[in-house]
Parts: sequence; C-alpha cells; structure tokens
Amino acid sequence: MGDKSSVKEPRGWKSLPLGALPYRLSLDYKTGDWRALKPVIDYGKCVNCMLCWLYCPDSAILWDGKKVFMNYDYCKGCGICSDVCPTKAIKMVPEGE
Amino acid sequence: MIPKVPLDKQIKKAVNGDEATAYAAKQSLVDVVAAYPITPQTIIVEKFSEFVANGEVYTEFVPVESEHSAMSAVIGAAAAGARAFTATASQGLALMLENLYIASALRLPLVLVVANRALSAPINIHCDHSDAMMMRDAGWVQIFAENTQEAYDTTIQAFKIAEDPEVQLPVAVNLDGFILSHTLEDIYMLPDEEVQKFLGGYRKPVKTYVDYLGKEVEVKLDPSNPISIGPLDLYDYYFEHKVPQAVAMEKVKEVVKRVNEEWFELSGRKYGDGVIDAWGVEDADVVVAVLGSTSGTVRYVAKELRKEGKKVGVLRIRLFRPFPFDEVRDLLKEVKVVGVMDRALSFGSFGPSFLEISTALQGIRNSPLMVNYIYGLGGRDVPPSHVKQVFNELEEIMKSGEVGKRLRFLGVRER
Repeated sequence: MGDKSSVKEPRGWKSLPLGALPYRLSLDYKTGDWRALKPVIDYGKCVNCMLCWLYCPDSAILWDGKKVFMNYDYCKGCGICSDVCPTKAIKMVPEGE
Repeated sequence: MIPKVPLDKQIKKAVNGDEATAYAAKQSLVDVVAAYPITPQTIIVEKFSEFVANGEVYTEFVPVESEHSAMSAVIGAAAAGARAFTATASQGLALMLENLYIASALRLPLVLVVANRALSAPINIHCDHSDAMMMRDAGWVQIFAENTQEAYDTTIQAFKIAEDPEVQLPVAVNLDGFILSHTLEDIYMLPDEEVQKFLGGYRKPVKTYVDYLGKEVEVKLDPSNPISIGPLDLYDYYFEHKVPQAVAMEKVKEVVKRVNEEWFELSGRKYGDGVIDAWGVEDADVVVAVLGSTSGTVRYVAKELRKEGKKVGVLRIRLFRPFPFDEVRDLLKEVKVVGVMDRALSFGSFGPSFLEISTALQGIRNSPLMVNYIYGLGGRDVPPSHVKQVFNELEEIMKSGEVGKRLRFLGVRER
C-alpha cells in the first residue's frame, strides 16, 4: 500500500505504468481534511438499513458485520448519508465542534 | 512476388469507401462499435449495424445519442480490454474532440474512421480536411487513404498499428468524404480468416507493472486486478504522464512501415513505404505534396507533364501524425520548388501540411522554395487543369527564383 520512499523522490516518466495509470493507490490520498461538516451517527436511532453505506460516493462508510461506521480519513462531508438516512440518525456537525 | 493470398483467392466486390471500411471492421473481430450517423460517414454505421442485425458479427453495437457518447463508449470498451471501433466526420468529430485527447492519453488502441468533411459555418457536407486537422494535436495516429481499396486495407492495418505493444495509441483512418466515401469502386478483400490471422485474433491488452498490486497486469478494467484509469494528476505527475505519448509516437513510423510490408506480402498491395507514397521525386525539379484522393489527380497531371519532358514529382503524405519529417527531408532536399496543396487552412497561418513540410526542410542549405496552395474547401472540385496551373506556377518560380505570394487559393473566384 503506497511506496513511502517514492513520496520523497518522485518518479520519472520511464518508471511509470502505461496509460496514465497511477502507481500509488488513491488510499494514500487522505481526503478527509477537505471536510467542513462531519457526519456523526446516533446509534440509538440507527436501524442498520445500510442506505448510507450504499449511497456514500467515497465508500467512506464501512460495515463491520454489526453496524455501519465512518472512515473519517476519506469522508469529505458531502452529507448524502445524512440526507438518505430514514431515521435521521446521521447529523452533520461543523468540524472542530 | 506472388502474395500469400493471390488475387484469385481474394474477394472482388464493388463497394464505396464507407462500405469498404465497414467490411474491414467486420473482418477485424471488433468487440464493440459505438457510433452516431453523420454525412458522409453514415453508410459505415448503417452497414455495420446490418452486419450486427444479420448475426454476421459478434460485435456489441451501441447506438449512442451523440458523437461525444460514441467516443466515450469506445473509450470505456477499450479500457475494458475490447477491440473497439467508431466512425464520424466534421461536426461529429468536433463533438468528440475532448474525448479524443483522453483516448490517446490513456493509450487505448481505438480505430476511428473519419470521412473527411468541411466544418461549419457555412454548413457544408462535402470534402475537405478541416475536421482531420482539428484533431492533429490530439495524440492520435492519422493516416490518409487515397482510394477505396486503400481505405479498406488501411482500416485493417490500423488495428495492427494501434495495438502494437510499442505503440498503444488510437489511430484515425481518413478518407475523403463523398469522393471516396460514396464512390463505388471494385476492390479486393481478403478472406475473413486471413484478416484475423494478420491481426493475431482478438485484441490482447498489453501488460504493465502496477506497484500496489505487486505484479504485471493487463491494462484493462478487471475486478480481479483492480486499477484506476485516468484519475487526477496535478503539477506533480501530469507532465510525466504526457511525455510517454510523445515517445510512443516516435515508434509509430517504423510500425506503419512494417505493417505496410506485411500487408504487401499477404495481399500484394502496398502504399509507398507506408508513410509516404512518392512518384517521380528522385530526379524532380518541382514537386507537389498532397494528402488523400487528390493525389491521384496530381499524379495523372505529373505523368502528362513528364511526357513533355518536365521533371515533376508527387509526394503523397500517407501518415500525417506522427509526421514523417526525416523521410520528407530526404526526398525533397534536392528539389528546387515544392508546392504544398492543403485541403484545410489554419486561419492566420498556412495549411497544416505546409507548416510540417517547412519544418522538415528547415536548416537545409539551399532548401527548396515553397508555396502553399489551399484548395478544395467545402468539396470544391480540383480538376487536372487546376493542378496543371499549380505545376506551371511552380515552374515559373523555379525560373525566376522568386516565390511571391506564399499562400495561394486554388480554384476560388476573385472579384
């Protein structure tokens, strides 16, 4: 997962894969810090319908076999999960609060 | 030399240029065709959808809602590892333009047939090369056919060139709208199995090493070896991702020449050395350079003039991208005057071929005098008399040593 040494020494074109393929996974790029609003789940209201898991455009909502949970490293705070939640269990909270 | 498939084993058929390329695609084991009809390309799509409807091919045919979608769909298909084909012209090509750049940057070996047609406005359905020249910086290989037979041969060759492991670039096959696309000609086609053998069967995507998978994988969208194709690059890697396109272009010329020879051994037909089809240039004082179907007219006039003892030659550029600078330089360096005929104009500059040939001849001591003739815009006919006028003017320039106006319009009414 990600070649840390290459972060310091960027590669030249001769050692890149063909066809504009990235050589690193996009997992290396943590996009969570773009977030202004943070989704917070109230497990008291959550009914495990998994709509948020299905709708998250960044696959930043995960399922551990019992419940859904947020991966804040990649959640950009778009709020779709909160919008689709049928029990209003996901609240968007301003970052830093 | 007797070709591997002699003429009596080839299929003789009267087809127009569009049908010729449709038959070529049919024989080339194309997995996906996505296309939208536009004059003068329509017959290609029509004919191919007939093949699909009749069950003559196993191709997935996607009748899209626009050329933008057509190019997007074949990009997706090729990214999934398919051999994909489409065709368009003029405004359709203009609508495809942003996706053309994507296809080449992702190194997808698509084949696109362009039935060359003028661009609006005024709206016009007839032949010129403005559409093809609009995509000359899009990173595609561009080949111009002179006749229907060549359009057939070149479309098959295009798959082989595009899919060459060293190339991996999309190829555009150009045929002059109406003049070739709609004109019936007897051509020879190879049997299906010979074409398929020539192409090595279905497309096989090339492999590349992907670090995060820790192995070489085929460059294709494959859930068992997941890769992202074409995601965001900023100033950190964009430049490094563009240079390989330029490097791949450098390999194209040799591949086109090799494929031209292989096709010759198979079918008995070849087109010059594959990149340039020269006639009488070796000892010529005066040469006309030209693309596409007009080459036939120019060669006819040149042959007539040779009978009168005039030392004239014809340089037909078959491969326009990448441009064969070295070959042009070698062929033209001893020539006294070169007239470049362009069926397109870069407004505020010259015709595209004129610019390329000027670059090829740059730095030669006593380099040839050059004049640019813009001709045939919007399908304006180019009779032998006009070509004769060109040769006469070039001869005058040779005698006087003075070029005069470098940009001239041929066959246009003044006053």
